Amino acid sequence: MIASLPLPFPFELTFMQRALAAGLVVGVFAPLIGTFLVQKRMSLIGDGIGHVAFAGVGAGLLAGIYPVWTALVFAVAGALGIEWLRARRKASGDLALALFFYSGIALGAVFANASGGIGTSIIGFLFGQPLTVGNSEVIVILLLGSLVVGLVIALRRILFAVVTDEDWSGVAGLPVGGVNALLAVLTAVAIVASMQIVGILLIAALMVLPVATGQLLARSFKGTLRIAVGVGVGSVVVGLTSSRLWGLAPGGAIVLVAALVFLIVALARHTMPGGSMLELPER
Amino acid sequence: MSLSVAPDGAGSELLVEARGVSYAYGSTPVVEDVDLDVRRGEFVALVGPNGSGKSTLLRVLLGALRPARGSVRLLGRPASEVKDRWRIGYVPQRPTLAPDVPATVREIVTTGRLARRGWWRPLRSADVDAVDHALESVGLDELAAHPITQLSGGQQQRVFIARAFAGEPEFLVLDEPIAGIDAESQRRFKDSLVHLIGDHGAGVLLVSHELSAVADVIDRVIVLKRRVLFDGPPARLVDEGVSLGIHREDLPLWLEGLR
Repeated sequence: MIASLPLPFPFELTFMQRALAAGLVVGVFAPLIGTFLVQKRMSLIGDGIGHVAFAGVGAGLLAGIYPVWTALVFAVAGALGIEWLRARRKASGDLALALFFYSGIALGAVFANASGGIGTSIIGFLFGQPLTVGNSEVIVILLLGSLVVGLVIALRRILFAVVTDEDWSGVAGLPVGGVNALLAVLTAVAIVASMQIVGILLIAALMVLPVATGQLLARSFKGTLRIAVGVGVGSVVVGLTSSRLWGLAPGGAIVLVAALVFLIVALARHTMPGGSMLELPER
Repeated sequence: MSLSVAPDGAGSELLVEARGVSYAYGSTPVVEDVDLDVRRGEFVALVGPNGSGKSTLLRVLLGALRPARGSVRLLGRPASEVKDRWRIGYVPQRPTLAPDVPATVREIVTTGRLARRGWWRPLRSADVDAVDHALESVGLDELAAHPITQLSGGQQQRVFIARAFAGEPEFLVLDEPIAGIDAESQRRFKDSLVHLIGDHGAGVLLVSHELSAVADVIDRVIVLKRRVLFDGPPARLVDEGVSLGIHREDLPLWLEGLR
Protein backbone atom coordinates (compact mmCIF):
# COMPACT_ATOMS: atom_id res chain seq x y z
CA MET A 1 0.00 0.00 0.00
CA ILE A 2 3.09 2.22 0.20
CA ALA A 3 3.38 2.42 -3.58
CA SER A 4 0.35 3.17 -5.70
CA LEU A 5 -1.31 0.27 -7.44
CA PRO A 6 -2.23 0.77 -11.09
CA LEU A 7 -5.95 1.22 -10.44
CA PRO A 8 -8.30 3.27 -12.65
CA PHE A 9 -9.96 6.57 -11.69
CA PRO A 10 -10.93 7.46 -8.95
CA PHE A 11 -8.61 5.05 -7.15
CA GLU A 12 -5.35 5.90 -9.02
CA LEU A 13 -4.05 7.99 -6.09
CA THR A 14 -2.43 6.44 -3.00
CA PHE A 15 -4.72 8.15 -0.50
CA MET A 16 -7.78 6.93 -2.41
CA GLN A 17 -6.38 3.39 -2.43
CA ARG A 18 -5.91 3.50 1.34
CA ALA A 19 -9.45 4.78 1.75
CA LEU A 20 -10.69 2.02 -0.55
CA ALA A 21 -8.82 -0.74 1.30
CA ALA A 22 -10.02 0.40 4.73
CA GLY A 23 -13.53 1.09 3.42
CA LEU A 24 -13.85 -2.33 1.81
CA VAL A 25 -12.98 -4.05 5.11
CA VAL A 26 -15.65 -1.98 6.88
CA GLY A 27 -18.06 -2.68 4.01
CA VAL A 28 -17.64 -6.41 4.68
CA PHE A 29 -17.66 -6.66 8.47
CA ALA A 30 -20.24 -4.02 9.39
CA PRO A 31 -23.14 -5.69 7.49
CA LEU A 32 -21.86 -9.13 8.51
CA ILE A 33 -22.24 -8.32 12.22
CA GLY A 34 -25.30 -6.19 11.55
CA THR A 35 -27.25 -9.10 10.08
CA PHE A 36 -27.09 -10.83 13.47
CA LEU A 37 -27.86 -7.63 15.41
CA VAL A 38 -30.97 -6.92 13.31
CA GLN A 39 -32.34 -10.43 14.00
CA LYS A 40 -31.70 -9.82 17.69
CA ARG A 41 -33.90 -6.68 17.52
CA MET A 42 -30.85 -4.58 18.39
CA SER A 43 -30.58 -2.60 15.15
CA LEU A 44 -29.65 0.55 17.04
CA ILE A 45 -26.96 -0.99 19.24
CA GLY A 46 -24.30 0.26 16.82
CA ASP A 47 -25.50 3.79 17.46
CA GLY A 48 -25.59 3.24 21.24
CA ILE A 49 -22.06 1.83 21.34
CA GLY A 50 -20.90 4.54 18.95
CA HIS A 51 -21.93 7.20 21.42
CA VAL A 52 -20.15 5.40 24.25
CA ALA A 53 -17.07 5.22 22.02
CA PHE A 54 -17.39 8.98 21.56
CA ALA A 55 -17.06 9.36 25.34
CA GLY A 56 -13.94 7.19 25.06
CA VAL A 57 -12.48 9.47 22.39
CA GLY A 58 -13.10 12.46 24.67
CA ALA A 59 -11.48 10.68 27.59
CA GLY A 60 -8.44 9.81 25.49
CA LEU A 61 -7.99 13.41 24.30
CA LEU A 62 -8.36 14.65 27.87
CA ALA A 63 -5.87 12.14 29.27
CA GLY A 64 -3.44 12.45 26.38
CA ILE A 65 -3.83 8.79 25.37
CA TYR A 66 -4.31 7.68 21.74
CA PRO A 67 -8.13 8.05 21.57
CA VAL A 68 -8.69 4.79 19.67
CA TRP A 69 -7.54 2.76 22.69
CA THR A 70 -9.74 4.63 25.17
CA ALA A 71 -12.64 4.42 22.71
CA LEU A 72 -12.11 0.65 22.50
CA VAL A 73 -12.19 0.28 26.30
CA PHE A 74 -15.33 2.42 26.61
CA ALA A 75 -17.07 0.70 23.69
CA VAL A 76 -16.40 -2.84 24.92
CA ALA A 77 -17.53 -1.95 28.46
CA GLY A 78 -20.62 -0.19 27.09
CA ALA A 79 -21.52 -3.10 24.81
CA LEU A 80 -21.23 -5.60 27.66
CA GLY A 81 -23.26 -3.26 29.92
CA ILE A 82 -26.09 -2.97 27.40
CA GLU A 83 -26.11 -6.75 26.94
CA TRP A 84 -26.08 -7.32 30.70
CA LEU A 85 -29.11 -5.07 31.20
CA ARG A 86 -30.97 -6.63 28.27
CA ALA A 87 -30.27 -10.25 29.17
CA ARG A 88 -31.31 -9.83 32.80
CA ARG A 89 -34.38 -7.92 31.69
CA LYS A 90 -33.43 -5.10 34.04
CA ALA A 91 -34.37 -2.88 31.14
CA SER A 92 -35.89 -3.54 27.73
CA GLY A 93 -33.41 -3.64 24.86
CA ASP A 94 -34.18 -0.14 23.60
CA LEU A 95 -34.27 1.42 27.08
CA ALA A 96 -30.90 -0.17 27.91
CA LEU A 97 -29.58 1.29 24.65
CA ALA A 98 -30.99 4.74 25.41
CA LEU A 99 -29.35 4.79 28.85
CA PHE A 100 -25.89 4.16 27.39
CA PHE A 101 -26.52 6.25 24.28
CA TYR A 102 -27.31 9.45 26.19
CA SER A 103 -24.79 8.92 29.00
CA GLY A 104 -22.16 8.31 26.33
CA ILE A 105 -22.84 11.46 24.33
CA ALA A 106 -23.06 13.53 27.55
CA LEU A 107 -19.76 12.19 28.89
CA GLY A 108 -18.17 12.75 25.49
CA ALA A 109 -19.32 16.39 25.44
CA VAL A 110 -17.99 16.99 28.97
CA PHE A 111 -14.62 15.32 28.24
CA ALA A 112 -14.20 17.05 24.89
CA ASN A 113 -14.96 20.45 26.36
CA ALA A 114 -12.56 19.88 29.26
CA SER A 115 -9.80 18.94 26.80
CA GLY A 116 -10.14 22.19 24.93
CA GLY A 117 -13.37 22.19 22.94
CA ILE A 118 -14.77 20.29 19.97
CA GLY A 119 -11.76 20.36 17.69
CA THR A 120 -11.16 18.91 14.25
CA SER A 121 -9.98 15.61 15.69
CA ILE A 122 -13.39 15.09 17.37
CA ILE A 123 -15.18 15.95 14.12
CA GLY A 124 -12.96 13.39 12.40
CA PHE A 125 -14.05 10.64 14.77
CA LEU A 126 -17.72 11.62 14.47
CA PHE A 127 -17.91 11.71 10.69
CA GLY A 128 -14.86 9.75 9.58
CA GLN A 129 -11.89 10.85 7.50
CA PRO A 130 -11.24 8.01 5.08
CA LEU A 131 -9.11 10.19 2.81
CA THR A 132 -6.52 10.89 5.52
CA VAL A 133 -6.18 7.29 6.72
CA GLY A 134 -2.54 6.28 7.05
CA ASN A 135 -0.79 2.99 6.28
CA SER A 136 -0.68 1.85 9.90
CA GLU A 137 -4.41 2.53 10.28
CA VAL A 138 -5.13 0.48 7.18
CA ILE A 139 -3.10 -2.40 8.62
CA VAL A 140 -4.88 -2.20 12.00
CA ILE A 141 -8.28 -2.20 10.37
CA LEU A 142 -7.29 -5.13 8.15
CA LEU A 143 -6.19 -7.15 11.20
CA LEU A 144 -9.23 -6.30 13.33
CA GLY A 145 -11.52 -6.81 10.33
CA SER A 146 -10.06 -10.26 9.59
CA LEU A 147 -10.50 -11.22 13.25
CA VAL A 148 -14.15 -10.12 13.26
CA VAL A 149 -14.95 -11.75 9.90
CA GLY A 150 -13.17 -14.98 10.85
CA LEU A 151 -14.97 -15.31 14.18
CA VAL A 152 -18.39 -14.49 12.73
CA ILE A 153 -17.96 -17.02 9.91
CA ALA A 154 -16.66 -19.72 12.26
CA LEU A 155 -19.50 -19.17 14.75
CA ARG A 156 -22.26 -18.29 12.27
CA ARG A 157 -24.47 -21.27 13.11
CA ILE A 158 -24.61 -20.73 16.85
CA LEU A 159 -24.86 -16.94 16.38
CA PHE A 160 -27.83 -17.56 14.09
CA ALA A 161 -29.50 -19.92 16.59
CA VAL A 162 -29.07 -17.53 19.53
CA VAL A 163 -30.14 -14.31 17.78
CA THR A 164 -33.21 -15.86 16.17
CA ASP A 165 -34.49 -17.83 19.18
CA GLU A 166 -32.73 -17.04 22.44
CA ASP A 167 -35.25 -18.77 24.75
CA TRP A 168 -35.13 -22.02 22.84
CA SER A 169 -31.32 -21.90 22.51
CA GLY A 170 -31.03 -21.66 26.30
CA VAL A 171 -33.27 -24.67 26.87
CA ALA A 172 -31.33 -26.56 24.19
CA GLY A 173 -28.13 -25.99 26.15
CA LEU A 174 -26.37 -23.58 23.81
CA PRO A 175 -24.09 -21.06 25.63
CA VAL A 176 -26.47 -18.11 25.11
CA GLY A 177 -24.77 -15.75 27.57
CA GLY A 178 -21.32 -16.30 26.07
CA VAL A 179 -22.53 -15.91 22.49
CA ASN A 180 -24.36 -12.67 23.31
CA ALA A 181 -21.31 -11.28 25.12
CA LEU A 182 -19.06 -12.22 22.20
CA LEU A 183 -21.40 -10.55 19.72
CA ALA A 184 -21.43 -7.41 21.91
CA VAL A 185 -17.62 -7.30 22.03
CA LEU A 186 -17.30 -7.92 18.27
CA THR A 187 -19.76 -5.08 17.66
CA ALA A 188 -17.71 -2.75 19.85
CA VAL A 189 -14.44 -3.72 18.13
CA ALA A 190 -16.02 -3.27 14.70
CA ILE A 191 -17.29 0.21 15.58
CA VAL A 192 -14.00 1.42 17.00
CA ALA A 193 -12.06 -0.10 14.11
CA SER A 194 -14.20 1.71 11.57
CA MET A 195 -14.76 5.04 13.30
CA GLN A 196 -11.90 6.71 11.44
CA ILE A 197 -13.29 5.59 8.09
CA VAL A 198 -17.02 6.29 8.18
CA GLY A 199 -17.18 7.87 11.64
CA ILE A 200 -18.95 7.01 14.87
CA LEU A 201 -22.25 8.49 13.72
CA LEU A 202 -22.35 6.58 10.46
CA ILE A 203 -20.82 3.17 11.14
CA ALA A 204 -24.06 2.04 12.78
CA ALA A 205 -25.87 2.80 9.52
CA LEU A 206 -23.59 0.38 7.63
CA MET A 207 -24.57 -2.30 10.17
CA VAL A 208 -28.27 -1.88 9.40
CA LEU A 209 -29.05 -0.43 5.95
CA PRO A 210 -27.39 -3.15 3.83
CA VAL A 211 -29.08 -5.77 6.06
CA ALA A 212 -32.49 -4.20 5.45
CA THR A 213 -31.84 -4.54 1.71
CA GLY A 214 -30.67 -8.13 2.16
CA GLN A 215 -33.83 -9.07 4.06
CA LEU A 216 -35.98 -7.69 1.26
CA LEU A 217 -34.23 -9.69 -1.43
CA ALA A 218 -33.12 -12.96 0.18
CA ARG A 219 -35.08 -16.10 0.98
CA SER A 220 -32.52 -17.47 3.42
CA PHE A 221 -30.30 -16.20 6.22
CA LYS A 222 -27.23 -17.12 4.18
CA GLY A 223 -28.60 -15.12 1.27
CA THR A 224 -29.31 -12.15 3.55
CA LEU A 225 -25.67 -12.22 4.76
CA ARG A 226 -24.32 -12.35 1.20
CA ILE A 227 -26.52 -9.58 -0.15
CA ALA A 228 -25.86 -7.37 2.90
CA VAL A 229 -22.09 -7.73 2.46
CA GLY A 230 -22.45 -7.09 -1.29
CA VAL A 231 -24.43 -3.90 -0.68
CA GLY A 232 -21.92 -2.82 2.00
CA VAL A 233 -18.93 -3.26 -0.33
CA GLY A 234 -20.76 -1.65 -3.25
CA SER A 235 -21.77 1.36 -1.13
CA VAL A 236 -18.13 1.94 -0.15
CA VAL A 237 -16.92 1.88 -3.78
CA VAL A 238 -19.74 4.06 -5.13
CA GLY A 239 -19.66 6.39 -2.10
CA LEU A 240 -15.90 6.99 -2.35
CA THR A 241 -16.17 7.53 -6.12
CA SER A 242 -18.95 10.10 -5.79
CA SER A 243 -17.08 11.84 -2.99
CA ARG A 244 -14.08 12.26 -5.30
CA LEU A 245 -16.23 13.32 -8.26
CA TRP A 246 -18.38 15.86 -6.46
CA GLY A 247 -16.37 16.67 -3.36
CA LEU A 248 -18.87 15.08 -0.97
CA ALA A 249 -18.04 14.08 2.62
CA PRO A 250 -16.90 10.47 2.02
CA GLY A 251 -18.44 8.89 5.17
CA GLY A 252 -21.76 10.50 4.47
CA ALA A 253 -21.64 9.60 0.77
CA ILE A 254 -21.06 5.89 1.59
CA VAL A 255 -24.05 5.75 3.94
CA LEU A 256 -26.28 7.72 1.55
CA VAL A 257 -25.53 5.18 -1.19
CA ALA A 258 -26.54 2.34 1.16
CA ALA A 259 -29.76 4.19 2.04
CA LEU A 260 -30.49 4.87 -1.63
CA VAL A 261 -30.01 1.20 -2.53
CA PHE A 262 -32.50 0.22 0.17
CA LEU A 263 -35.01 2.80 -1.05
CA ILE A 264 -34.75 1.66 -4.67
CA VAL A 265 -35.06 -2.03 -3.75
CA ALA A 266 -37.99 -1.37 -1.40
CA LEU A 267 -39.81 0.62 -4.10
CA ALA A 268 -39.09 -2.05 -6.71
CA ARG A 269 -40.39 -4.74 -4.38
CA HIS A 270 -43.47 -2.68 -3.72
CA THR A 271 -44.30 -2.18 -7.38
CA MET A 272 -43.32 -5.73 -8.37
CA PRO A 273 -44.82 -7.94 -5.66
CA GLY A 274 -44.21 -11.65 -5.73
CA GLY A 275 -41.26 -13.90 -5.09
CA SER A 276 -37.69 -12.89 -4.46
CA MET A 277 -35.86 -11.28 -7.31
CA LEU A 278 -32.31 -12.39 -6.74
CA GLU A 279 -32.34 -15.72 -5.03
CA LEU A 280 -33.87 -18.83 -6.49
CA PRO A 281 -34.97 -21.58 -4.13
CA GLU A 282 -32.07 -23.88 -3.37
CA ARG A 283 -32.31 -27.48 -2.29
CA MET B 1 -50.66 -50.45 23.41
CA SER B 2 -47.71 -49.55 25.54
CA LEU B 3 -44.23 -48.81 24.29
CA SER B 4 -42.57 -48.83 27.70
CA VAL B 5 -39.24 -50.56 27.90
CA ALA B 6 -40.15 -51.44 31.49
CA PRO B 7 -43.93 -51.24 31.73
CA ASP B 8 -43.93 -51.22 35.50
CA GLY B 9 -41.63 -48.21 35.43
CA ALA B 10 -39.01 -49.86 37.60
CA GLY B 11 -35.45 -50.12 36.39
CA SER B 12 -35.54 -47.65 33.51
CA GLU B 13 -33.76 -44.33 33.95
CA LEU B 14 -35.69 -41.39 35.37
CA LEU B 15 -35.46 -38.51 32.90
CA VAL B 16 -37.27 -36.05 35.10
CA GLU B 17 -38.32 -36.36 38.72
CA ALA B 18 -40.32 -33.61 40.46
CA ARG B 19 -41.08 -33.83 44.16
CA GLY B 20 -43.48 -31.46 45.94
CA VAL B 21 -42.93 -28.72 43.37
CA SER B 22 -44.72 -25.38 43.85
CA TYR B 23 -44.41 -22.18 41.85
CA ALA B 24 -46.15 -18.81 42.17
CA TYR B 25 -46.20 -15.59 40.17
CA GLY B 26 -46.14 -13.05 42.99
CA SER B 27 -48.74 -14.22 45.48
CA THR B 28 -50.72 -16.23 42.90
CA PRO B 29 -49.93 -19.93 43.18
CA VAL B 30 -49.72 -21.49 39.72
CA VAL B 31 -48.44 -24.97 40.54
CA GLU B 32 -48.78 -26.59 43.95
CA ASP B 33 -47.17 -29.67 45.45
CA VAL B 34 -46.65 -31.52 42.16
CA ASP B 35 -45.01 -34.95 41.99
CA LEU B 36 -44.17 -36.04 38.45
CA ASP B 37 -41.88 -38.64 36.83
CA VAL B 38 -41.00 -39.43 33.26
CA ARG B 39 -38.82 -42.45 32.53
CA ARG B 40 -36.96 -43.56 29.43
CA GLY B 41 -39.25 -45.31 26.97
CA GLU B 42 -42.34 -43.69 28.43
CA PHE B 43 -44.95 -41.54 26.67
CA VAL B 44 -46.58 -39.26 29.22
CA ALA B 45 -49.33 -36.77 28.39
CA LEU B 46 -49.87 -33.73 30.62
CA VAL B 47 -53.36 -32.31 30.27
CA GLY B 48 -55.48 -29.72 32.00
CA PRO B 49 -57.66 -26.69 31.33
CA ASN B 50 -56.23 -23.34 30.23
CA GLY B 51 -54.38 -21.62 33.05
CA SER B 52 -53.88 -24.89 34.92
CA GLY B 53 -50.14 -24.28 35.16
CA LYS B 54 -48.97 -26.71 32.45
CA SER B 55 -46.54 -24.39 30.67
CA THR B 56 -45.18 -23.06 33.97
CA LEU B 57 -44.65 -26.60 35.21
CA LEU B 58 -42.75 -27.44 32.01
CA ARG B 59 -40.45 -24.47 32.49
CA VAL B 60 -39.82 -25.56 36.09
CA LEU B 61 -39.13 -29.14 34.96
CA LEU B 62 -36.66 -27.89 32.33
CA GLY B 63 -34.82 -25.74 34.88
CA ALA B 64 -35.85 -22.46 33.24
CA LEU B 65 -37.78 -21.47 36.39
CA ARG B 66 -36.70 -22.27 39.92
CA PRO B 67 -39.46 -23.84 42.04
CA ALA B 68 -40.53 -21.94 45.17
CA ARG B 69 -40.73 -25.26 47.01
CA GLY B 70 -39.80 -28.82 46.19
CA SER B 71 -37.07 -30.22 43.96
CA VAL B 72 -36.63 -31.17 40.32
CA ARG B 73 -34.04 -33.64 39.08
CA LEU B 74 -33.47 -33.60 35.33
CA LEU B 75 -31.30 -36.27 33.68
CA GLY B 76 -30.19 -37.32 37.17
CA ARG B 77 -29.04 -33.88 38.34
CA PRO B 78 -30.70 -30.84 39.93
CA ALA B 79 -32.54 -29.17 37.02
CA SER B 80 -30.58 -25.91 37.15
CA GLU B 81 -27.23 -27.75 37.04
CA VAL B 82 -27.82 -29.96 34.02
CA LYS B 83 -24.83 -29.77 31.67
CA ASP B 84 -25.81 -32.13 28.85
CA ARG B 85 -28.95 -30.27 27.79
CA TRP B 86 -28.50 -31.44 24.21
CA ARG B 87 -30.11 -34.69 25.37
CA ILE B 88 -33.37 -32.75 25.76
CA GLY B 89 -35.58 -31.75 22.85
CA TYR B 90 -38.05 -28.91 23.41
CA VAL B 91 -40.92 -27.64 21.29
CA PRO B 92 -42.24 -24.34 22.71
CA GLN B 93 -45.92 -23.51 22.71
CA ARG B 94 -45.76 -20.37 20.63
CA PRO B 95 -43.24 -19.69 17.91
CA THR B 96 -40.50 -17.67 19.58
CA LEU B 97 -39.03 -16.56 16.27
CA ALA B 98 -39.32 -12.97 15.09
CA PRO B 99 -42.09 -12.64 12.48
CA ASP B 100 -39.74 -11.35 9.78
CA VAL B 101 -36.69 -13.54 10.34
CA PRO B 102 -35.02 -14.16 6.95
CA ALA B 103 -34.39 -17.90 7.18
CA THR B 104 -35.34 -21.07 5.38
CA VAL B 105 -37.03 -24.03 7.02
CA ARG B 106 -33.81 -26.01 6.70
CA GLU B 107 -31.73 -23.30 8.38
CA ILE B 108 -34.05 -23.29 11.40
CA VAL B 109 -34.22 -27.08 11.68
CA THR B 110 -30.42 -27.33 11.41
CA THR B 111 -30.04 -25.28 14.62
CA GLY B 112 -31.67 -28.25 16.39
CA ARG B 113 -28.53 -30.23 15.58
CA LEU B 114 -26.02 -27.73 17.04
CA ALA B 115 -26.11 -28.66 20.71
CA ARG B 116 -25.86 -32.40 20.04
CA ARG B 117 -23.11 -32.02 17.46
CA GLY B 118 -21.08 -29.59 19.57
CA TRP B 119 -21.73 -26.08 18.29
CA TRP B 120 -18.06 -25.41 17.56
CA ARG B 121 -17.77 -28.41 15.23
CA PRO B 122 -18.61 -28.22 11.53
CA LEU B 123 -21.70 -30.16 10.44
CA ARG B 124 -21.04 -33.57 8.88
CA SER B 125 -23.11 -35.62 6.47
CA ALA B 126 -24.62 -37.49 9.46
CA ASP B 127 -25.97 -34.15 10.70
CA VAL B 128 -27.41 -33.29 7.30
CA ASP B 129 -29.04 -36.75 7.23
CA ALA B 130 -30.56 -36.18 10.68
CA VAL B 131 -31.97 -32.83 9.52
CA ASP B 132 -33.37 -34.46 6.33
CA HIS B 133 -34.93 -37.19 8.42
CA ALA B 134 -36.47 -34.69 10.86
CA LEU B 135 -37.92 -32.70 7.94
CA GLU B 136 -39.42 -35.86 6.40
CA SER B 137 -40.91 -36.99 9.71
CA VAL B 138 -43.08 -33.88 9.89
CA GLY B 139 -43.76 -33.78 6.14
CA LEU B 140 -41.75 -30.65 5.42
CA ASP B 141 -39.09 -32.06 3.10
CA GLU B 142 -40.74 -30.36 0.12
CA LEU B 143 -40.66 -26.98 1.86
CA ALA B 144 -37.07 -27.19 3.19
CA ALA B 145 -35.81 -24.32 1.02
CA HIS B 146 -38.81 -22.05 1.69
CA PRO B 147 -38.58 -18.97 3.89
CA ILE B 148 -40.21 -19.83 7.21
CA THR B 149 -42.18 -16.56 7.10
CA GLN B 150 -44.13 -17.83 4.06
CA LEU B 151 -45.42 -20.87 5.97
CA SER B 152 -48.78 -21.14 7.73
CA GLY B 153 -48.95 -21.26 11.52
CA GLY B 154 -49.44 -25.03 11.51
CA GLN B 155 -46.51 -25.52 9.13
CA GLN B 156 -44.32 -23.31 11.31
CA GLN B 157 -45.23 -25.42 14.33
CA ARG B 158 -44.03 -28.47 12.38
CA VAL B 159 -40.71 -26.68 11.76
CA PHE B 160 -40.21 -26.39 15.53
CA ILE B 161 -41.10 -30.07 16.02
CA ALA B 162 -38.55 -30.98 13.32
CA ARG B 163 -35.95 -28.77 15.02
CA ALA B 164 -36.41 -30.81 18.22
CA PHE B 165 -36.32 -34.13 16.30
CA ALA B 166 -33.09 -33.12 14.53
CA GLY B 167 -31.18 -33.39 17.81
CA GLU B 168 -32.39 -37.00 18.29
CA PRO B 169 -33.30 -36.22 21.93
CA GLU B 170 -33.47 -38.72 24.77
CA PHE B 171 -36.13 -36.64 26.50
CA LEU B 172 -38.59 -34.79 24.30
CA VAL B 173 -40.83 -32.12 25.81
CA LEU B 174 -43.61 -30.71 23.65
CA ASP B 175 -45.89 -27.85 24.66
CA GLU B 176 -49.19 -27.99 22.69
CA PRO B 177 -47.55 -29.08 19.44
CA ILE B 178 -50.56 -30.54 17.63
CA ALA B 179 -52.82 -27.49 17.54
CA GLY B 180 -53.46 -26.40 13.98
CA ILE B 181 -51.82 -29.38 12.34
CA ASP B 182 -53.70 -31.36 9.70
CA ALA B 183 -54.58 -35.06 10.14
CA GLU B 184 -51.89 -36.40 7.78
CA SER B 185 -49.14 -34.48 9.59
CA GLN B 186 -50.52 -35.60 12.96
CA ARG B 187 -50.17 -39.21 11.82
CA ARG B 188 -46.55 -38.64 10.73
CA PHE B 189 -45.88 -36.80 13.98
CA LYS B 190 -47.20 -39.75 16.00
CA ASP B 191 -45.13 -42.21 13.93
CA SER B 192 -41.95 -40.23 14.62
CA LEU B 193 -42.72 -40.09 18.35
CA VAL B 194 -43.27 -43.86 18.38
CA HIS B 195 -39.98 -44.30 16.51
CA LEU B 196 -38.14 -42.04 18.97
CA ILE B 197 -39.54 -43.94 21.97
CA GLY B 198 -39.40 -47.48 20.59
CA ASP B 199 -36.10 -47.43 18.70
CA HIS B 200 -34.14 -44.80 20.63
CA GLY B 201 -35.58 -45.43 24.10
CA ALA B 202 -36.45 -41.76 24.49
CA GLY B 203 -39.04 -40.45 26.95
CA VAL B 204 -41.74 -38.05 25.81
CA LEU B 205 -43.69 -35.50 27.84
CA LEU B 206 -46.49 -34.03 25.74
CA VAL B 207 -48.66 -31.14 26.86
CA SER B 208 -51.85 -30.99 24.85
CA HIS B 209 -55.52 -30.18 24.82
CA GLU B 210 -56.16 -32.68 22.12
CA LEU B 211 -54.93 -36.23 22.57
CA SER B 212 -57.02 -38.15 20.03
CA ALA B 213 -54.14 -38.25 17.51
CA VAL B 214 -51.82 -39.98 19.98
CA ALA B 215 -54.29 -41.61 22.40
CA ASP B 216 -53.36 -45.19 21.46
CA VAL B 217 -49.64 -44.77 22.26
CA ILE B 218 -49.85 -42.92 25.58
CA ASP B 219 -48.56 -44.80 28.62
CA ARG B 220 -49.70 -42.35 31.27
CA VAL B 221 -51.91 -39.31 31.55
CA ILE B 222 -51.32 -36.64 34.18
CA VAL B 223 -54.20 -34.26 34.78
CA LEU B 224 -53.06 -30.93 36.18
CA LYS B 225 -55.22 -28.23 37.62
CA ARG B 226 -52.66 -26.42 39.76
CA ARG B 227 -52.29 -29.77 41.56
CA VAL B 228 -52.08 -33.23 40.04
CA LEU B 229 -55.65 -34.55 39.95
CA PHE B 230 -54.83 -37.82 38.24
CA ASP B 231 -51.72 -39.77 37.27
CA GLY B 232 -52.21 -43.14 35.63
CA PRO B 233 -52.90 -45.12 32.45
CA PRO B 234 -55.44 -43.56 30.07
CA ALA B 235 -57.92 -46.42 30.46
CA ARG B 236 -58.24 -45.66 34.15
CA LEU B 237 -58.83 -41.99 33.45
CA VAL B 238 -61.75 -42.87 31.21
CA ASP B 239 -63.19 -44.97 34.05
CA GLU B 240 -62.45 -42.51 36.83
CA GLY B 241 -62.43 -39.19 35.01
CA VAL B 242 -66.07 -38.31 35.51
CA SER B 243 -65.96 -39.28 39.17
CA LEU B 244 -62.95 -36.96 39.57
CA GLY B 245 -65.16 -34.14 38.38
CA ILE B 246 -62.81 -33.34 35.49
CA HIS B 247 -65.14 -34.05 32.63
CA ARG B 248 -68.12 -32.01 33.67
CA GLU B 249 -66.11 -29.06 34.87
CA ASP B 250 -63.74 -28.55 31.98
CA LEU B 251 -65.31 -30.41 29.06
CA PRO B 252 -61.89 -31.56 27.96
CA LEU B 253 -61.56 -32.56 24.37
CA TRP B 254 -58.79 -34.95 25.27
CA LEU B 255 -61.17 -37.16 27.20
CA GLU B 256 -63.10 -37.67 23.98
CA GLY B 257 -59.90 -38.78 22.33
CA LEU B 258 -59.25 -41.44 24.94
CA ARG B 259 -62.54 -43.26 24.53
